Amino acid sequence: MLNIKILGGGCANCKRLEQIAQKVVDDNQIEAEFGHVTEYPEIMKYGVMSTPALVVDEKVLCSGRIPSESEVKTWLTAA
Amino acid sequence: MNGLIEKEGKVSGKNLKLALLLVLITAVWIAAYNLIEPLSNWLSFRLFHLQQGTHLGDAVAFFLYDVPKILLLLSGMIFLISILRTFFSPERTRALLGGKRQGIGNILAAMLGIVTPFCSCSAVPLFIGFVESGIPLGVTFSFLIAAPVINEVALIMLFGLFGWKVAGLYVTSGLVIAILAGMIIGRLHLEKYVEDFVWQIKSNGGGVEEHLTWQDRVDRAWQSVREIVGKVWPYVIVGIAIGAAIHGYVPEEALVSIMGKKAWWSVPTAVILGVPLYTNAAGVIPIVSALMEKGASLGTVLAFMMSVVGLSLPEMVILRRVLKPKMLGIFIAILAVAFILTGYLFNLVL
Repeated sequence: MLNIKILGGGCANCKRLEQIAQKVVDDNQIEAEFGHVTEYPEIMKYGVMSTPALVVDEKVLCSGRIPSESEVKTWLTAA
Repeated sequence: MNGLIEKEGKVSGKNLKLALLLVLITAVWIAAYNLIEPLSNWLSFRLFHLQQGTHLGDAVAFFLYDVPKILLLLSGMIFLISILRTFFSPERTRALLGGKRQGIGNILAAMLGIVTPFCSCSAVPLFIGFVESGIPLGVTFSFLIAAPVINEVALIMLFGLFGWKVAGLYVTSGLVIAILAGMIIGRLHLEKYVEDFVWQIKSNGGGVEEHLTWQDRVDRAWQSVREIVGKVWPYVIVGIAIGAAIHGYVPEEALVSIMGKKAWWSVPTAVILGVPLYTNAAGVIPIVSALMEKGASLGTVLAFMMSVVGLSLPEMVILRRVLKPKMLGIFIAILAVAFILTGYLFNLVL
């Protein structure tokens, strides 16, 4: 069971990132639970300075941009 | 670190192919750019049989010339800027600014504000990240002002519609404003007006360190071209359509009395009007460009431009989360005064 978290204040970019992650999870039948971190003090605990960020099992995989679907797939299937 | 994108082997062969592809695209781009003017004239005056010199003919030719020109310029230049930006990141910028004093720090921060990839949603984590790592408040603000005020879409459109001089003035005055405003904020010692929780945060530092290949950089630049141009093209078209109508139908000099140099109130009005117009920066410039032909003055236009991109309501709402109301008020006041002064200055000297 993967723990996927989207870090960000909730602007359009965060939602796009979540959609991409959700699609990868669905397409590849990965078992995962989604979480959101919207409070800035919490976001800062991950050492992230730009949002949106993707965190899988407490590891920051990318920040400050929206990764492509294939990138997310590589990360999620490897995790 | 994690998030590594490593593609070993055959790298040089791949890079050669990539370089050839980019050369080819550049050639096509230049050819297309040079074809726009003859093509737009042919379409409007031959195909549509419009008369050159009539209101309708001029408006249509203007529209058919400016829309493809601006969209091509936007795609090409955003691609280049995005490639440049893959070499920067907020983390790297923070490291570069660490330990810099006021003054030098402000200048460096303002310049890094142009090239560091940054979306206004990230203003808060970035602010916290900078301040928490010991970067002075004033230096942090120089960055936070330069990043939105010198907006790439606005810059490219000013270049496309007004030429490189106006585009250069826009960048230079944006930098000067960011540097000076940051220095003033630094001198005022406003640390106590930053929300208290900011000072208690201890982040784990680090972030994601990436190793990018040229293929990655090109992919990302291409992605941001699609994203930005995909978002602004309707505004560009509507803006140019309105601009074309003004170009064709509004009489010359019609606006001298209300938007010209002599109308002292036009600059502050332009700044105030610019605040709620954030999302329409791309649509606003073509209209403004047409207004200028009819007698509006350049300083007023620049002040308006900066207000549109630099003082936006959504960003103020975001910043309110880390700044107490008094600090936010000082921030807005300094920027508004700076934009108004810039407007008057250019109206005076040009």
